Amino acid sequence: MPSATLLGQALISGVLAGGMYGLLALGLSLSWGLLRLVNLSYFALAFLAAYLTYELGTTYHVEPWWSAVLIVPSMVAIGVVQYWVFDKFKVNELASLLITFSFAVILEVVIQLYWTADYRRFETHYSTLSIKAGPFYIPVLELVLCLVAGALAWGTWLWLRKTYVGKALRASAEDADIAAAYGVDHKKLAYLLSGISAGYAGVAGTFIALIATLAPAQIWAWLGVVFAVVIIGRLGNPLGALFAGMAIGASESLAMAVMSPAWAPVVSFSVLIVILLWDPDWL
Amino acid sequence: MIDRMSAWPRRRVLAGMVGATAALGAPAILRAAPSGKPVRVGGTLSLTGFLAQTAVIHKIAAEIMVEEINGRNGFLGRPVEYVLLDDQSKPEVARSLYEKLITVDKVDLIQGPYATAPILAAMGVAQRYGKVIIQSSMGIPKMQTYDMAFPATPFGPEPQKTYPNVILDAMASLPTPPKTIVILTSKFPSAQFMAQGMREESGKRGVNVVLYLEYESGNRDFGAIAARVKEANADFLWVGSLGLESNQLLEALRKLDYTPKNSFHLYPAPGPLALSPDGKNALCSTFLEPAEPFMSRPGVARQAAAYKERATKANLPYAIIDAQAAGMISEWQILEAGVNGAKSLEDKAIAAFLKKNTVDTIYGTLRFDGLYNHGNAEQLIKQVQGGEWKVVWPTKYAAPGVKLIGS
Repeated sequence: MPSATLLGQALISGVLAGGMYGLLALGLSLSWGLLRLVNLSYFALAFLAAYLTYELGTTYHVEPWWSAVLIVPSMVAIGVVQYWVFDKFKVNELASLLITFSFAVILEVVIQLYWTADYRRFETHYSTLSIKAGPFYIPVLELVLCLVAGALAWGTWLWLRKTYVGKALRASAEDADIAAAYGVDHKKLAYLLSGISAGYAGVAGTFIALIATLAPAQIWAWLGVVFAVVIIGRLGNPLGALFAGMAIGASESLAMAVMSPAWAPVVSFSVLIVILLWDPDWL
Repeated sequence: MIDRMSAWPRRRVLAGMVGATAALGAPAILRAAPSGKPVRVGGTLSLTGFLAQTAVIHKIAAEIMVEEINGRNGFLGRPVEYVLLDDQSKPEVARSLYEKLITVDKVDLIQGPYATAPILAAMGVAQRYGKVIIQSSMGIPKMQTYDMAFPATPFGPEPQKTYPNVILDAMASLPTPPKTIVILTSKFPSAQFMAQGMREESGKRGVNVVLYLEYESGNRDFGAIAARVKEANADFLWVGSLGLESNQLLEALRKLDYTPKNSFHLYPAPGPLALSPDGKNALCSTFLEPAEPFMSRPGVARQAAAYKERATKANLPYAIIDAQAAGMISEWQILEAGVNGAKSLEDKAIAAFLKKNTVDTIYGTLRFDGLYNHGNAEQLIKQVQGGEWKVVWPTKYAAPGVKLIGS
């Protein structure tokens, strides 16, 4: 029988790991829910951002936080250009999935050509720092990640709920024609949201560089679980994505502590299936 | 007359000396340039996909060896051409490509791919067409049931028994031998296979397995696993890891303020583990390291230098020759010995020669007359000491002054 300390520590690890799921899910959830574009390239953009953070850090000794100042706006620009392509070619929901998947594959090849398929690890002196709280240890980097993910999710949620731009975006997602009749310029807002969503991938990438192991093929390692998080958290709901990420992370971690670590990947999809069968009102 | 007579032999002696000096000093290509239609040797490697980070090491080693062989006499006086295709780390792709290499490209000989699953796929094709296949990275020898398949790495026929016992022998030599062990392994087949062997052999030798855990290959978060390892707090941690999983685990343990007393890592990324502060005194298996007595073996110093140059050029983070690169070098040495020994490119003749003879390779002298065409097991244990891997066990392979360090 696992001890209370083990369960508590597993819960902490899981919730903090779930913060990464939530952060990665944020852009996809917004794009899918409000623009009706299933943008799989965010996974590749996040890894591109991670590799750039790694390169700037290891070659030029740039602190990751300063790297983010350069990288995130670049990702925003890529997001804007992406939406221009989607708009020009009148890309629908299904086509967006295929096109962005292809874009992600191309980006994976580009990353592999430059950084090779070798595993990369960005070692920093703070990567193993922890705060001791009673019998538990809270890893500092994962805690910062969760706080950033939380701030972005809350900020985005408030922006969508309380501002004219946010309300207009939600209205356009409900019915673009009616929203346009009320003077909402859907295109302009869509450019903005596409840029922001890609920017979130850039933020996630900075943390991926610090926390995870980098290899081009790892782009796809997060796909399944983040998809589950986006659906469980409800499309277009930033807070839902964050909480779903944390819930999935916690359940995976507890499965590792109580059963076998090999059961962890089963958990996220089992939760997804149960929730889809249950079909609660909030979904 | 006397002078002329004495002058003539003197000229011949001098000419002979000049000729011999020129022959020894000339580049290999001038000594015996192979000519004629190339001997085409086909093979695949996982140049893309999840195995690519290790397969690239094999590619570099193969290129060095093809050049080296062509710098000698090629195969039977003909130049060797390596027809290399990318199996994308997928066994089904490897199977199709070997079929293509044999039936469409009509290669003369084949070389094995990298990793157990693609090797098994390629072996099926080789068996169907009666081709000799030499491989260096199949971690489960009992699956090599084809009688013209040959191992280039001295795993021995039953590494699930020999591997753990070498490790347990090393640990038993410590002033305080471990009494408890945690076995943690990836579900990657060859790692899982070794972990099960480790569990059995530990039990037989009275080392109590207090925790046995398996995780999915490519596991992202080691937090909960680290918490379980810490709680078990065994004397020895054995990790069936691949790539950077060991670094991730040790980092996760450090976040919990826990350092394992002794730890062994099965297939780690050698550079990152040696260079990480968490890797201090970590143990690992090997067959060869770029140090004595291995560097004194014929050709090893040259191959190590060539590997370092090319791996650096290819931007590999760890550009030092190790057991991975040595495996591919050994593959080509065995094929070269087989062709030369059989004086033929016929697969049956090559196989017959290899079964009856030994071959001098980068790993020492290998034989292929045992179970599954394996010879003796030659596992060694290396340890991170001062940021470098050093062979520590068996002690006869340890450099002077190097000793196994325990907790």
